[in-house]
Amino acid sequence: MLRAPSRGFGWIPHWSWWAGVAASFASFLALPAFVSEYALLQLSVIAVLSMLGVSEGFLWGFSGILSFGQTAFFGLGGYTYAVAALNSDHTALPLLGAIILPGLLAAIVGYFMIYGRIGEIYVSVITLVVTLILEKTMRATSSDEYVIGSVRLGGQNGIPTVPPLNVPFTADGTLGLTGVYFLSGICLLAIYVGLALALRHRWGRVLVAIRENERRAELLGYDSRIYKLWAFVVAGMIAGFAGALYGIWGNFVSPEMFSLGQSAQILIWVIVGGRTILAGPIVGCAVIQYLTAALGTAAVGQVTLVLGVILMLAVVLFREGVLPAAWSGVHRIQSRLRRAD
Amino acid sequence: MSFTRRQFIRTATGALAYVSSAAILESAGLAAAKPIKLGNILDKTGGLNIYCLGQIDAIALAVDEINAAGGLLGRPVELLFYDSQSNNQLNAQYAAQALLQDKVDVLHAGVTSSSREVMRPIVHRYRGLYFYNSLYEGGVCDRLFYNTGITPGQQLQVMIPAAVKKFGKKCYIIAADYNYGTITAKWVQKFLRDQGAQDVAVEFFPLDVNNFSPLIARIQQKSPNFVFSALVGAAHMSFYRQYAASGVKKTIPIASGTYGLGLENTQLSPDENEGILVCASYLPAIATPENKAFLDGMNKKYPGKYSYVPEYAEYGYVGVKLWAEGVKKANSVEHEKVIKALDSGTFVHAPSGMVKLDPQTHHVVRDLHLAVGNREQSFTVLESFSQLQPIDTQSVCNLIKEPNTNKQFEIKL
Amino acid sequence: MEQAIIVAYQAVYAIAFLILISLGLAVIFGMMRVINLAQGEFMMLGAYCCNLAVKHGMALWPSFALAALAVGAFGMLIERILIRFLYGRIIDTLLATWGLSIFIVGGTTIIMGPTTESIPAPFGTMTVGGYGVPTYTLFLIAFAVLALIVTYVLLRYTTAGLVARGTMQNPVMAAALGVPPEAVYMLTFGFGSALTGLAGAVIAPLSGVSPTMGGFFIAKMFITVIVGGQMALLGTLSASTIFGGISGTVDYLVNSVVGDICVLVVAIALLRFLPLGITGRFHRGV
Repeated sequence: MLRAPSRGFGWIPHWSWWAGVAASFASFLALPAFVSEYALLQLSVIAVLSMLGVSEGFLWGFSGILSFGQTAFFGLGGYTYAVAALNSDHTALPLLGAIILPGLLAAIVGYFMIYGRIGEIYVSVITLVVTLILEKTMRATSSDEYVIGSVRLGGQNGIPTVPPLNVPFTADGTLGLTGVYFLSGICLLAIYVGLALALRHRWGRVLVAIRENERRAELLGYDSRIYKLWAFVVAGMIAGFAGALYGIWGNFVSPEMFSLGQSAQILIWVIVGGRTILAGPIVGCAVIQYLTAALGTAAVGQVTLVLGVILMLAVVLFREGVLPAAWSGVHRIQSRLRRAD
Repeated sequence: MSFTRRQFIRTATGALAYVSSAAILESAGLAAAKPIKLGNILDKTGGLNIYCLGQIDAIALAVDEINAAGGLLGRPVELLFYDSQSNNQLNAQYAAQALLQDKVDVLHAGVTSSSREVMRPIVHRYRGLYFYNSLYEGGVCDRLFYNTGITPGQQLQVMIPAAVKKFGKKCYIIAADYNYGTITAKWVQKFLRDQGAQDVAVEFFPLDVNNFSPLIARIQQKSPNFVFSALVGAAHMSFYRQYAASGVKKTIPIASGTYGLGLENTQLSPDENEGILVCASYLPAIATPENKAFLDGMNKKYPGKYSYVPEYAEYGYVGVKLWAEGVKKANSVEHEKVIKALDSGTFVHAPSGMVKLDPQTHHVVRDLHLAVGNREQSFTVLESFSQLQPIDTQSVCNLIKEPNTNKQFEIKL
Repeated sequence: MEQAIIVAYQAVYAIAFLILISLGLAVIFGMMRVINLAQGEFMMLGAYCCNLAVKHGMALWPSFALAALAVGAFGMLIERILIRFLYGRIIDTLLATWGLSIFIVGGTTIIMGPTTESIPAPFGTMTVGGYGVPTYTLFLIAFAVLALIVTYVLLRYTTAGLVARGTMQNPVMAAALGVPPEAVYMLTFGFGSALTGLAGAVIAPLSGVSPTMGGFFIAKMFITVIVGGQMALLGTLSASTIFGGISGTVDYLVNSVVGDICVLVVAIALLRFLPLGITGRFHRGV
């Protein structure tokens, strides 16, 4: 867990953290031998969506920016990959484009908001409006004049023929089910470790300081705007990459990726999993995705009812999120046990 | 779904299984045999469920009737239902689950075009058999795919000439803004031209628009003889209400290819429903003995729930029955054998009349009925047309000559 | 000339519509700084109440009153069991009320089914600039103006309004003077909810009533109120005028997608240059 660096050498985390990461990675690698194909499919999408969740958690929990607009970058990344990959026959460059283009949009929107010194709630509103604009625009592209190259944007239906990723150095090979599983898992791990290390590094520390008290950080000489802008752009790029992977996973992209429903889902993952823990959204995403899929095959009637109750309870009862609350619960039990000796 | 608790069983795979009641299975002597699995993915919750709820119930009814009559090949049919919650990601996930994990023998799934296009590649990847029981824009040419609904070419080839004859030559076209709407609008324009008539304007509306007063003002400005509507969804229903409220309906009537599918007629007042021209393949008012049995079955199984049985319900019912015919003919559930059997001239006597499978396109030949909204929140049949071919898909698709096609063609008009 | 009249009428109607639906949220946000994302669902509940009442034989006007009272009572309940734990935590209220909104949608679908019968608009038709429009639209415009004026008078000139405003400014002082702040919060939230329920009932004859209808309106309400800024009523009035004017004219002249996007782009621009909303710089007044 990512707390103050009471242990470890400067920005290198304590070995226990590394052990945890290694253990998760090992079980992730070993899993395909034990579970069905279908389970791999589910786990892949959870990994992809967790990336999206982590980008939001990083932005909100560690940089203090509540963005409703990560879906804008998610959708943009997905569509960029789809259009570019279908127009050319390459997939590596489109994947890169799916990171860069959302990054550019994030830079523009971020500059607009952050350098305009816009207040907290208004930042949320603007990000909400950006994703609304993108959604409305994409939904309106169904007639055949909306083509980029040879690819119909498809409006409401989206683009249902997104090609799988080409495996490099092979003539014709594309990434199959297990391949997508490994790719999404490894990328999720890389992003998590990368962000974790960045947060312990000087840059991340300044970011957290800005989140704690922006004026104090500025008085200490840090230009909060450039740090926040960088955080926003990094989060946007991660979300864009997740969007492209989502298209690769499901072989489709659609305007639903921009929707408010998807925004709500991301926030639910972060809240349930905990926004002050970087791995929180991963847990939140896994729990909620599993619940949604399981509830859809149970005779519950209305899945939204259950999700709504979960969200309300989680916000009211757990200020920092379910996982942090559980963690501090564990700590309290530990200290009580220690005192009892 | 008003299934009794005993009828729920959780299979080892976690899917929700519906089995016909013990009484039915016992009396048919099927209680002990290994079931044939039918996977059904539809939106029971979410904004699209208005189209699906009738179909979900009708499919369950069809399964019951098959089991009561002795099952298929001496085995009971078990229905595995997945609620995709109007969410395409779940459509993809459940299709994979149904084929990979629960190993269903046939999939009856999806009502929207986007859900279908998400599921078809999955059906191909894991080799399934896919029945799409819905009205859609036409053009899908895919050996593992069967459509039991109607397509615009089929419907409009009789509807537009009738509308022009009844109302006049100038038409204002409005449609939902996605591929079904845009393709339907093109077909309307084609058939109008064939009649020497013309469209004075074409407009498309995203699915969340619910304020139509600017449109209604524009319609009055252009003064057409009638309005053709291919609007879809709960928000678009306000068009019919606002149109009647503005008084224009008396002078400029409405013809619609989609009105009634979402049970709009049961929700609008007699004033608002009266006079709207539709052309449907199924209406509860159709006077065949099969329809009487179907409506009786629905009312007995779901008492009080269906004062008006929607068209999509009949599609689902027919889909299951057609597949069952194929299985019986093939004497197997293996996909290749069933497909061959289905393509050898299979038909059923459906509540709407005879429904025949067209082997060239894997779409169906159906009767169509021209009807008009009445003051009882229902429709009065004006004229019936028998056995209309799916001409739109036939113009681009030939699975007999090229069985390996797997594509949705955009029909050029 | 006829064109100009009908365009103007469309604009006025759009403005009035926005005012009507945003008034409740404006009171709640302006007075209590609470963002209630379930406000759209309150509208939906008001519409359902009105529908059910009319179906059971009540006349239209009493149905409106019933809808307002019912949703007001529901709002007070929600304030007691959810909102009051989250005062000051503006983002947390946003999220919790989002959860509430999806909960209400799910619950309504279970109880009422996904569709419901609806009621036709009374009063027939009239002509504006040569085009037939439902006379009910004129009634809606008048109603919106009336609601705005009544709310303003209530908040500005009555003792109850004074007490409410005072409690919001300084709850400790109000308590010292003998006013229980919790009761004031509850009643104010209830009043805002009642206004929104009433709005839902009033628009019910013209739009389809379904469990998901709230979603169509919440974005509009939310953006109008936030861009309006601190002052509840003046802010909502100015924001509604701008956005309603734009959407009314562009919707008619082009189409509604372009109209919506124009409104959204203008919203972003306004927030960029007036970061606290249109009335952000005013500290006093309603």
